[in-house]
Amino acid sequence: MGPFLLVTIQVDLYDRLALTLESDLINMVSKTEAKGVLIDISAVSIVDSFMGRILGNIASMSKIMDAATVVVGMQPAVAITLVELGLTLSGVHTALDVEQGMELLRNKIGHPDTHEEGLYDSII
Amino acid sequence: MIVLSKEKFPIEKEQDVILFRNRIKELATRTGMSLVNQTKLMTAASELVRNMLRYAGGGVTLLEIVSRSSIPGVRLTFIDEGPGIKDVHQAMKDGFSTGKSLGLGLPGAKRLVNEFDIKSEPGKGTTVTIIRWKNGL
Repeated sequence: MGPFLLVTIQVDLYDRLALTLESDLINMVSKTEAKGVLIDISAVSIVDSFMGRILGNIASMSKIMDAATVVVGMQPAVAITLVELGLTLSGVHTALDVEQGMELLRNKIGHPDTHEEGLYDSII
Repeated sequence: MIVLSKEKFPIEKEQDVILFRNRIKELATRTGMSLVNQTKLMTAASELVRNMLRYAGGGVTLLEIVSRSSIPGVRLTFIDEGPGIKDVHQAMKDGFSTGKSLGLGLPGAKRLVNEFDIKSEPGKGTTVTIIRWKNGL
């Protein structure tokens, strides 16, 4: 059973940085054989169509690599804006915070006791 | 409409987008705009500035605090000298893209602001103007 990857995005990303995140993350999924990816966007103040597409891509790519993706911590103003923009992030699982995201991932992969030491933490 | 402040912000590279969005936030905060409306304005601006970079290699933006009937707002103008848009009507439709994007940029940006105006001439360039009023729905 592989570990979870926790990615905390702590700055607003411009497009190339977001693309780098996408490829780095997928490489890490492969390298660590992670079964779940948690992306914490609580510090991200805007998600536009490009960033939304990247989140969708990460979810689709992880799925192909046999890992589930959960996006956590979206600010309410960001959620309201996303829907009005026309992006529903269908296909991306979401949770309110990291804890609930972990819970969701554990349920998804049917493994109740993932230990802390199995958690790779990457901060951008 | 009264213009209370006006500044230019050139957009030459992707990294400029971050500073540009931060500057918009400062201006929007000055008008007393709510966080949700600030976020909508910044997101719309992000879409439009990406178009400028992608299709015209950059351009110039104008950032203004304006006032109409004593209601303040932020007006942003995006001016590029790129190839222009052949069919503006089509470009404003959801899902239409000449690139490989989702085609939400222009129509999405329009939905996020209170006023939206686009003028484009093939071979000359495109100018998009948006306004988000402090209390606009």
